[in-house]
Amino acid sequence: MELTLKNVSFSYNPDAKEPKYAVKDVSFTIRDGEFCALIGHTGSGKSTLVQFLNGLMEPTSGEVLFNGENIFGKKYPLKTLRQKVGLVFQYPEHQLFEETILKDICFGPKNMGLPKEEQLTRARHAMELVGLPESYEEKSPFELSGGEKRRVAIAGVLAMSPECLILDEPTAGLDPAGRDDILGTVRELSDQEGIAVVLVSHSMEDVAVYAERLLVMNSGTLVYDDTPRNVFRHYKELEEIGLSAPQITYVAHALKEKGFDIDDSVMTIAEAKAEILRIFRERNS
Amino acid sequence: MIRDITIGQYYDADSVIHRLDPRVKLAFTLIYIVSLFVGHGPICYAYAAAFLAVVIVLSKVPVKFMVKGLRGMLMILIISALFNVFLVQGEVIFRWWIFTISKEGVRTAILMVVRLIFLVIGSSVMTLTTTPNDLTDGMERSLRFLKVIRVPVHEIAMMMSIALRFIPILIEEVNKIMKAQIARGADFESGGLIKKAKAMIPLLIPLFVSAFRRASDLALAMEARCYHGGDGRTKLHPLKYQAADYAAYAALLLYLGGMITMAVLLP
Repeated sequence: MELTLKNVSFSYNPDAKEPKYAVKDVSFTIRDGEFCALIGHTGSGKSTLVQFLNGLMEPTSGEVLFNGENIFGKKYPLKTLRQKVGLVFQYPEHQLFEETILKDICFGPKNMGLPKEEQLTRARHAMELVGLPESYEEKSPFELSGGEKRRVAIAGVLAMSPECLILDEPTAGLDPAGRDDILGTVRELSDQEGIAVVLVSHSMEDVAVYAERLLVMNSGTLVYDDTPRNVFRHYKELEEIGLSAPQITYVAHALKEKGFDIDDSVMTIAEAKAEILRIFRERNS
Repeated sequence: MIRDITIGQYYDADSVIHRLDPRVKLAFTLIYIVSLFVGHGPICYAYAAAFLAVVIVLSKVPVKFMVKGLRGMLMILIISALFNVFLVQGEVIFRWWIFTISKEGVRTAILMVVRLIFLVIGSSVMTLTTTPNDLTDGMERSLRFLKVIRVPVHEIAMMMSIALRFIPILIEEVNKIMKAQIARGADFESGGLIKKAKAMIPLLIPLFVSAFRRASDLALAMEARCYHGGDGRTKLHPLKYQAADYAAYAALLLYLGGMITMAVLLP
C-alpha cells in the first residue's frame, strides 16, 4: 500500500483574486505499516487534509494517489478506496446508530456487500482488536461510557479491514486513562496487524511516545516531516506556530543551558530519567 | 449540500434597514404579504416590485443572497405554475390530447409565480437584515397582548430563537455524520425511493441523539444561570422606537394605501 499526496492545495474561494488556502502545496507518502502523526494547531488544515486521503473531499489542485492511481480519476472506485483507507472522524461515537454494538460494527462490512457470516467474523475480530469483551455484542451502543463508545466506532472502521487507518483526534474529550488506552490500542494495531496509521492530534505528549514519523502543519503548509526526535529539536520554531515539544524536552534543554552534558533530544520521562542518572553516575565516579 | 437554505440566515451589514426596530420589520413582512394578495394585475405587481427593490437597495444585502432563498422553492414554484396553466378554464390557446392551456391559465400562472417569488424575497429581507435574537424579541413584544388569554408568549419566543439558533448547528452535524457514514461505505445517492429512505436511518438516528444531547446540555446551562421563564425578566436592550421607525411605519402605510387604491381603481 502506498498513499501519496502530491502538491495538494485546497481553497474555499479558488476563483478569487487572492484565494485563501486551507491547505497549500502539501506532498507526502504514507507506506505500509508506518505510524505517522499529523500535528498542527487548530485551523492548520489537518482535518481538511485527512479527508483528501479517502476521497471525501477533493483538493482544488494537486493529486491524491493510491498505489500510484489518481483517486479522483474517472471511474475510480472511491467506495473500495474508503474500505482500504479507513477514516475515523473526531468524536466518532456520535455516528453510532444501531440497536446493538455488533450490528453497528457490521455496518461497514455490510456496505461492502460481504456475506452475513463474513460480516460477523470481521465484526467480532474488530471488537477483539479494540479490546471490547464478547459480552458487549448485544448491548446498545448508547448505554456505554464515552471511551467504550469510541472503541465501538473505531471497531466499525476496522471491520472493513483497512490497510491504512486515519484517526482524527481520537483522544479528544477522553480522560488520561482513556487516552492511553486508545493510543495503546492503535499502537498494537500498527505493530500486530501491520496497518499504516495516521494519527491527527495537537498534543505532542500523545504522539512523542507512539509515532515514528511526525508531519507538522502550520496554516495549511507542511513544515516538518521527520522523526519526532528531529522535529522536537526545533522546539523554538514549534512554539512560534502554537505547538510545543513535550515538557520533558524543555527540562533537558534547561539542564543543558546550565552546563550539564545531557542529551537534549529526550522525549519521554523514562528517557530523561536514564540520562539524568547517567550524568550523576559520571560525576560521582 | 443543505447550505442553500437562507431562511434564518442573517447577513451582516450596516444599513438603515438593519437598524430598524424588529417590530417594524415584522410589520413590513406582514403588510407586504397582505399587499401582494390585495393587488392583482401587472401594474400592482410592478408597484410591489419597485417597493421591494427600494427596500433591498436600502438594506445593502447583495441581491444574490435574496435570490438564493428561491432555489429551495423551485419545485413549489414549478408545481403551482403547472397547476394553474393546465387547470384554469378559459379561452383555449393550445390543445393536445387531454391537455388544454387557456389564456387565463397562463396569466394566473405567471401572476401566481411572481406573487410567490415576491413573498419569499420579501420575507428573506426580514430574516437577512434582522438577527434571530432581535426577531424573536420583536415577536415577543408585538404578541405580548396574547398573554391576557394565557398564551406563554415569552416561552414560545424563546423556543423559536433556540430553534433558529440550532439550524446551522444541526446542518453542520448532518454534514459531519454523513461524511462519517460515507467513510464506512454508506451510500446516500443510488437506489430507489425505499432504499434511499432506508439509507437515511444511519443519518437520522445519530442526528436525533445529538439533538437531544444538545438540548439537555442547553437546558442544564440555562438552569445553571437561573433561567425561570419570562415573569419578571428584564432586557439588557429593551426595544424602543426611534424617529426612523416611525418614518418606516409611515412609508409602509403609504405603500399599502397605494396598493389598495390601485387594486380598487384598476379593473
